[in-house]
Amino acid sequence: MLAGIYGLLSASFFVSMDAVDVAFTEAAVGAGVFPLLMLTALTVAGRYEQTAHRRPRAAFFLVLVTGALLILGTLDMPPFGSPDAPAHTHVAARYIQASPTEIGIPNMVTSVLADYRAFDTLGEVVVVFTAVVGVLILLTSGEQRQQSSPANAVETMRSHMILRVVSKMLIPLMLLFALYVQFHGEYGPGGGFQAGVIFAAAIILYAMLFGLAKAQAAIKPSILRLLAAFGVLLYGGVGVVSFLTGVNYLDYSRLAADPVAGRHIGILVIELGVGITVAAAMILIFYAFAGYATGRVEAE
Amino acid sequence: MLSHLPILQVIVPLLAAPACLLLDRARAAWLFACMASLVSVAISGLLVFQVHQFGALSYSLGGWDAPWGIEYRIDLLSAYVLLIVSGIGALMMLAANTAIRTEVPSERQPLFYVLYMLCLAGLLGIVATGDIFNVFVFLEISSLATYALIAQGRDRRALWAAYQYLIVGTIGATFILIGIGFLYSLTGTLNMQDLANRLPALENSATAFTAFAFLMVGVCLKLALFPLHLWLPNAYAYAPSIVTAFLAATATKVAVYLLIRFHFSVFGVGFAASVLPLHSIFLVLGLVGVFVASLVAIQQPNVKRLFAYSSVAQIGYMIIGIGIGSATGLQATLLHLFNHALMKGALFLALAAVVFRFGSADIRHFAGLGQRMPWTMAIIVIGGLSLIGVPGTVGFISKWYLVLAALERDWWPLVIAVLLGSLLAVIYIWRLVEVAYFRKGEDEVCREAPLSLLIPTAILALANIYFGIDTRLPVYLSDSAAQMLFGGGP
Repeated sequence: MLAGIYGLLSASFFVSMDAVDVAFTEAAVGAGVFPLLMLTALTVAGRYEQTAHRRPRAAFFLVLVTGALLILGTLDMPPFGSPDAPAHTHVAARYIQASPTEIGIPNMVTSVLADYRAFDTLGEVVVVFTAVVGVLILLTSGEQRQQSSPANAVETMRSHMILRVVSKMLIPLMLLFALYVQFHGEYGPGGGFQAGVIFAAAIILYAMLFGLAKAQAAIKPSILRLLAAFGVLLYGGVGVVSFLTGVNYLDYSRLAADPVAGRHIGILVIELGVGITVAAAMILIFYAFAGYATGRVEAE
Repeated sequence: MLSHLPILQVIVPLLAAPACLLLDRARAAWLFACMASLVSVAISGLLVFQVHQFGALSYSLGGWDAPWGIEYRIDLLSAYVLLIVSGIGALMMLAANTAIRTEVPSERQPLFYVLYMLCLAGLLGIVATGDIFNVFVFLEISSLATYALIAQGRDRRALWAAYQYLIVGTIGATFILIGIGFLYSLTGTLNMQDLANRLPALENSATAFTAFAFLMVGVCLKLALFPLHLWLPNAYAYAPSIVTAFLAATATKVAVYLLIRFHFSVFGVGFAASVLPLHSIFLVLGLVGVFVASLVAIQQPNVKRLFAYSSVAQIGYMIIGIGIGSATGLQATLLHLFNHALMKGALFLALAAVVFRFGSADIRHFAGLGQRMPWTMAIIVIGGLSLIGVPGTVGFISKWYLVLAALERDWWPLVIAVLLGSLLAVIYIWRLVEVAYFRKGEDEVCREAPLSLLIPTAILALANIYFGIDTRLPVYLSDSAAQMLFGGGP
C-alpha cells in the first residue's frame, strides 16, 4: 500500500519538476505494477517477517553516516533551478539549441533518450530483458506447475459485476492509449517504456479479473518470450543497419535520404523495439509470479 | 569494419543473448554462445594490437561526438582488461556445456547461456565505455545477470547467497549512481575525459568530495574489499562451479578496473590525495584483508569456499598495489589482475571438474584424488603454486613487482608482510595437497574429468606457467598502462 502511495507521490513530484516523461513511467510502474508484484510475492512468501531480536546498532550508525554525507554533498551543489548551474549550461544547452534542427522533433527528452544517448537506452532495455530472463530462470518450475493444472482459472472476481463490466470497457481503451503513447513519443510525453508498461497493465488487469489461464490462452508465454528477445534485437538491429550504411553504431542519419527524416525513422523503430520488449517483459514477469503463487496455493 | 571494433566488442555478446533465447535449445544456444564469445576474444586481440599501434581509440556512438553523445574509449588499460575478460569468458564458455550438465536442470540451460552472455556483455561494456552513466547501465546488466546466475546453484543456500549479493550489490550500484548524480550536478557532463578536465577546478567542493566518497565505497562493495567482502564467500561457494570460475576471474577484475579508472582517470591522482588519506586506507585495508581472509581460508572445509576467501586475500594484494601510490605499485596491481584471473580461473575450473564427479567440493572428496583424477589434481597444484608465488608461475611475477614497488619506497615492513601472506597461502594449499596425495580415499569408483572440461582447464594451467616465464605481453601492457595513468589523464 505504502509503496503504491509512494509511487504516486513520486510521480506527482516529477510532474511538478516538469519531468512529465519520468512521471508517466513512475505512475505506471511505481504505482501500478510494482505494488501488484509485491502483493503476489507476499502471497507466496507470507505476510509477517520473522522478528529478529538483536538490534543492528552498527547498521543504524552506518545509515546515519551515509545520510550525513548526503547532506554534506548538497552543500556545495549549485542552487536548485538556477539557470547558471553547470547541468544547464554545458551539455544540456546544446541539446536545447540544436535538437530542433538536428533531429527535428518537438519532444527534446525523446531526442536525448532515443538519439543523443540512444546507446544508454539500449542498455536500459537490455536491463529489462535481463530482469525477465532472471525471473524466468528462477521460477521455471512454477510455470510448469501452472501448466499441469490448466483448469485452475481462479475467477475470484466472478461476483464483482461492476468491476468486470467497467474493466471490459476500459481494457480496449487502455490498449489504444498505449499505442497512442507509443507512437506519439516524439511529440508529447511518452515513448516505448511508458507504452509498454501501459500495454502490460491492461493485460495484467485482464488476467486478474478473468483468470490467469484465460490471459495465457490469449497471449501465450512462449510467444511473449520470443517478443521480449525480438524487441532487443530490433533495437540492436537498427544499429547494425547503421553499420551497413557506413556510419557509426546507432547513427540513424543515413536511414533515409534526408538525415532528419532518417533520424525520425530510427527513433520510431527503436521506440517500437523498446515497447515490445518492455510490454512482453512485464507480462511475463507477472505470469511467472502469478503462476508460481497459484501453484503454491493449490499445493497447500 | 575495423573502425567499428570498439562497439563490436560489446554488441556481439549483447545481441547474442536474445538470439540464444530465440534458439531455445540448450545445445544450439551453447554453440552460438561459444561462437560469439570466440569472436569477442578475436576482437579484443585486434583491439590490443590497434591501441598498441595507433594509441587510444575513440568511437562516438550514434555519430554524436562526446560530450553530447556517448563515447567508447579504448586505451591500453581498457584493451588489457577487455582481453582478460573476453579470454576467460570464452574459455569458460567452452567448458560450460559439460560443467552445467550436472548442476543446472536441462530446461533452464538455454536461459543460463542467455544470462551468461548478458553478464559477459555487461562486463565488457563497463570496460569499453568512456561515459560514467553508461558504466552504470552496463553495471546493472552484468549485476542482474550475476544474481540470477548465482541463484542457479544446486544447493538451496545458493538462493540466499544470491539474495545477499543482490542487496549488497544494489547498495553498491546505488552509491555509484548517487556519485554520478553529484558529479553531473557539478559539471553538467557525463563524459569521463570532460569530467577529468572540469573536476580539478572543483577540488575544494564538498559535493565533489561526497561524489568521490560514494563512488569509491560503491566500487569497493563490488570488488569485495576487505570489510565489504561478506557477500563473496557464500556467492562463490554456492553458485554453479562454472559461474564461480567465470566471476572469480572477471567480475572482481572489472571492479578493480573501475576503481583505477575513477581514481586515476576521472578524478586524477592529485584529487584523492588532497581530500582523503586514501592510499593509506587502501594499504591498511589491503593488508588486513590479506591476513584475515587467508587465516579464515585455512579453516574452510569446503574447497570452493576456501578459494573464495583466498580471492578476498588476493584482492587485498591488488589494493596494496594501488595503495603504494607509485607507477610500479599500480603496475603490480595490473599484473596481478591478469595473473589472478589465470590462476583462479584454472583453480575454480578444476574444482568444477571435481564437482562434476562428486557433486560437491567438500574437502573429504579430495582424499586420494591424486590417484583418481591425476590431471585435475595436477592442475590444482599448479594453480596453488601460482597462488603462493613460486618462481616459474605467474603468481611469482605479481609478487615480484609488488615487492619491487615496496622496495622503491623502502617500506621493509610491507615486503615482510607480503612474504608472510604468501606463507599463509602455502598452509591452505598444503592442506589440500596433503589430503589429495597422502590420504587414502574411500572405495568410490571415480574417473578423470571429461576432456571437454579438462582441456580448457589445462589451457589455463599452462598459461599460468607460460606467462610466468615469458612475461613480455602482460608486463609490457601493464607497464605502459601504469605509465599512462600516472602521466596524467588517459
